[in-house]
Parts: sequence; structure tokens; C-alpha cells
Amino acid sequence: MSKTAKAAGKKKHEHVAAYVFTLPGMFLLLAFLGVPILYTAGYSLFRYQIVRPDDIVFIGLQNYLKLFADAKFWLALKNTVYFTVLVVPAQCVLALALAMLVSSKFRGVSIFRTMYFSPQLTSMVVISILWIVLYNANPNTGLINSLLVNLGLEPINFLTNEKTAMNSIIFMSAWQGAGYQMMIFLAGLQGIPRDQYEAASVDGANKVQQFLYITLPGLRGTIKYIVMITMIQAMKLFTQPYVMTQGGPKDSTRTLVYYIYTQGFQQGNFGYACSIATVFFLIVVIMSLSMKRLIADNG
Amino acid sequence: MKGLKAANFMTKFLFYAGNVIIGLIFVSPLIWMISASLKPEALIFANMNSITTFIPVQASLDNFAEVFSRLNMVQVFKNTFVYIALILVFDLLLNSICGYALAKFDFRGKELMLNFVVALMVLPMEAIMLPLYIEMSQLGWVNTLAALVIPFVANCFSIYMFRQFFCDIPDELLEAASIDGSGPIRTFFTIVMPISKTVYATVFILDFVAHWNDFMWPFLVMTGETKRTIQLAIQVFFGTQPVHYSAIMAALVVSAIPMLIMFIFMQKYYIEGIASSGIKG
Repeated sequence: MSKTAKAAGKKKHEHVAAYVFTLPGMFLLLAFLGVPILYTAGYSLFRYQIVRPDDIVFIGLQNYLKLFADAKFWLALKNTVYFTVLVVPAQCVLALALAMLVSSKFRGVSIFRTMYFSPQLTSMVVISILWIVLYNANPNTGLINSLLVNLGLEPINFLTNEKTAMNSIIFMSAWQGAGYQMMIFLAGLQGIPRDQYEAASVDGANKVQQFLYITLPGLRGTIKYIVMITMIQAMKLFTQPYVMTQGGPKDSTRTLVYYIYTQGFQQGNFGYACSIATVFFLIVVIMSLSMKRLIADNG
Repeated sequence: MKGLKAANFMTKFLFYAGNVIIGLIFVSPLIWMISASLKPEALIFANMNSITTFIPVQASLDNFAEVFSRLNMVQVFKNTFVYIALILVFDLLLNSICGYALAKFDFRGKELMLNFVVALMVLPMEAIMLPLYIEMSQLGWVNTLAALVIPFVANCFSIYMFRQFFCDIPDELLEAASIDGSGPIRTFFTIVMPISKTVYATVFILDFVAHWNDFMWPFLVMTGETKRTIQLAIQVFFGTQPVHYSAIMAALVVSAIPMLIMFIFMQKYYIEGIASSGIKG
């Protein structure tokens, strides 16, 4: 076989094809992702107000100095971290519990799976509006408060009290999102060999022991992956507070992304908003890189 | 043996009962939403402390009629479907050829491109929305379809998913085609594409859902009243006088119907897409 001649011809064809195939996508990625992120970092070093395009001045790190002295920025960061630290374990544990409920094959299992997944079939905007109504402080019109009163408890000002607003968003978000992670857990559970459970049950291990010593270790990779995507998703929190509380009450639900929006789009402090966006970007990148490392390190 | 069977039956029963109870609690907010969308406004909050609040008494489609009369739903749906259809056509074409080249071709810069795609996967849209908005306004694209479509055609996740799939296609198949005189581009369109329907379906449904649900970017670039996408229209409707909760619930239900239809037809690919992301990641 004249492999070399043919291979050389094929190589040439392939080269042309390779660039025809990759360049459109690469160009678009560069133009609408790669370049904008450089601009975010670049503009963060400038004084740049949307209404004053004639007055764009390089000011070095001044935006960052202002940022680190800005109590509202720290509050937004604190709120974002608070949301993430609570919603990630809540949503992941809920998702795993649901997955365990519907992991075995039984008649009607797909109905239950669809039930747990169903909040995913509506958007975050829809869910947020629905839960504004459900969270209504008046027990005569708010479903959840009417339930609390029926149980002999005090009604709660879910969204209008700064102590409960973020927790209310966390609860709703975990409910909405858990079905998605449940599906990933189900795939992970299928990867655990059946005979491990059979062997364990022959050895007399009960269900709890089987869960602790077979299921959880078998799901290690899945758990890490789910924690990572849930964490990154949580850091981007915007839609729920925008629709439900407008960042209030008393800024208790103003998140980093919300603050980028407020500063950049509402107040027109473009350069300053870019410095917040840069810090936000660095946090997300560091988080995902360290999580990726953790996943690569030990399965 | 009899005892074991009884125990087995008990476990099964408890499993069912648990699933039914937890499942009903889980979907109760959605049941309430659907029930309220069918009730007259005066009855929505009438029986809050009884189970009948979940039952659509005096059911009618009046609330849906109100939504369609107050909101130009035809326009809103058209806006949303046109933009998503445009994204998806280019998304499926450009990202699949890109993923294919990164999977099967040998060329200079391949490693660099692959690293670039993987690196950009972690880049959150929220970090670039400010300069991207400026870019759109400089191009004169604000309030046009271009701003909704063009920045989102190329998609790192789609490229990566296509690449993963194409990597598994045996080289022998492609070599056989090239011996038969088919060039690499023709091979892709005549041989690779037809056997790759599953990955196209998966990327299609994942990206459809993502864009159908997207709120933030349309909210920033589509400010014109006639340009609104579904999520924007719903959010604006919620704040528009007169506030009729029955009509609001009907609007929420209407906005979920296309997703429901998509889910019914594409369930397999959608679930697989979600699940496979976990195994490969």
C-alpha cells in the first residue's frame, strides 16, 4: 500500500478541512467570549461612566481600592457566599435522597422520576413568580403561611424580612434544582455494580451500611462533579432576587451579579462595575479550577 | 419463606407510599399553580386552609383568554421561537463541525484550540455582560435579533459534547470513506452526520431549554415592548396592573407548555444529556 503518498494527500485535505471546520466557531468564541473578558478586566482600570463616553480615563487600581472599601460590595459577596454555602449541600442532599427513592426499577418509577424533575420544566422566572404568591405573608392568601397557621405556628414574612428573605430563596432554589442533580445521581448509581450489594447483603450488611460503604464511595466522582456545577450555578444567583425581592429587604438578597447589574446598568458606573465583574470572574475561575483539580486528584 | 415475602411486600408498600407522599408534596406548588390558573380570581384564595385549594373548582379557560387578550402571546412566542431556532441551526452546524475537526483531524493549533474551548467553559456569562452589551450597542445590535443570536451560536459545551461523541467513531469507517474517494468534508456530511443523530438531538434539547429559560441576557438587550421573549413578557406581565393572580398563574402555565411538549418528545435525549455530563465531567 502506498501509504505515505496517500497519507500526505489526505493530510493536505485534512488541513484545509480542519480550518474550514474550526475557524467559524473559534472566531465567534473569540469575538463574543474571549475578547469581552479581556475588556472586562481592561475597563476595570478605567474611569468610565456610560453617560460620559468622552471622559474615559485610565486610573490604575482605583476602582479596586474603592471596591474593597465598599460595604455594599462586601455585603453582596457575603450574601452570595451565604447562598452558595447553604444551597449546595441542601440541593445535593435532597437530590441524592430523591435519587435513592427512584433508583430501583419498580412499576411507575418513571412517574415519580418525572414528578421530582417537574420543577425543571418551568423556568426560574416562572418559579420565582409562583413562589412570591406561595410565600405571601398573609396566611389567608399565602399557601405556605396558611399551612404554618394550620399547624399552630406563627406566619412568617418570608420575603419581606431581611432575616428570612435569602433563606426563602435558598429553599425554593433547592426545590427547583434538585431534580436536575437527581438525574445525574441516577446515572452515577447505575455505575455501581449490583453484585457489590448482593455480596454485602449476604455478609449481613443492612441498608444503611450498604448506603454508607457501597453507595457513597461508589458515587464519589459524581458527588464531586455535582457539587462543582451546583456551586458555580449558585455563585451566579441573579434571577430569583431580581424577580422576587429586587435585592431587598435592606440589601439582604443583593448578590455579586446583582451588584454588577446595579452598578453597570442601572447607575451607569461602567468601569466600577467591570472591577466587580473581574473579582466575580476570578472567584468563579479559582473555584472551578480547584474543584477540577480535586476531581482529577482522586477519581 | 412466607415471612420473607410479607417483609418484601411491606418494603415495597413503604417505598410506594413514601414516593407518593413525597412526590405529591414535591409537586404541590405546581399543582396549585395549575389549579389556580383554571379558577375564577375570587376563588383562588378562598379555601387556603383546606386541601380543596388544590382542586380547580368552577374550572374554565377564562384566565387564559385574559392572558391572550392582555399579552400579545403570538408575538411573544414568535420572538422566542425565531431567536431560538436561529441559534440552534447555527449552533448544531458550527459546533458540530468544530467538534469533529477537534476530534478527528490532525492540524497545527489543534491543542491550542482545544485548551481554549475547555478554558472558556468556566467563563460565566455574567462576567462579560458589560463589555458584551457595549459591543452590541457599538454594532447597533441592541433590540435586534442579532444581539440575541450571534453571541450564542458558538458554544463551548456543545463543541465539547460533539467532540466527545465523534472521538468514539471508529477511524476505519472514515478511512474506508476516504479510500472510496470521499474528501473529509463530504465524509462528514454524508457519513458522520447521519450516524450521529443522538448527539445532535442531545445538544438540541439542552440548548433549547437553556435559551427558553434564559432571562438575563434578553432582559439586558431586548428592551423594546414588541421584542420581548417569553421570560421577559411573563416577568413584565406579573408587574402590570390590574394584578389578577388567576391570569398570572395562567400566564405561567402557558409559558411552560412548549417546554412540556419538548420534554414529552425529547425526554430520552434530555435526560441522557444531563446524565452524561456527570459521567464525562
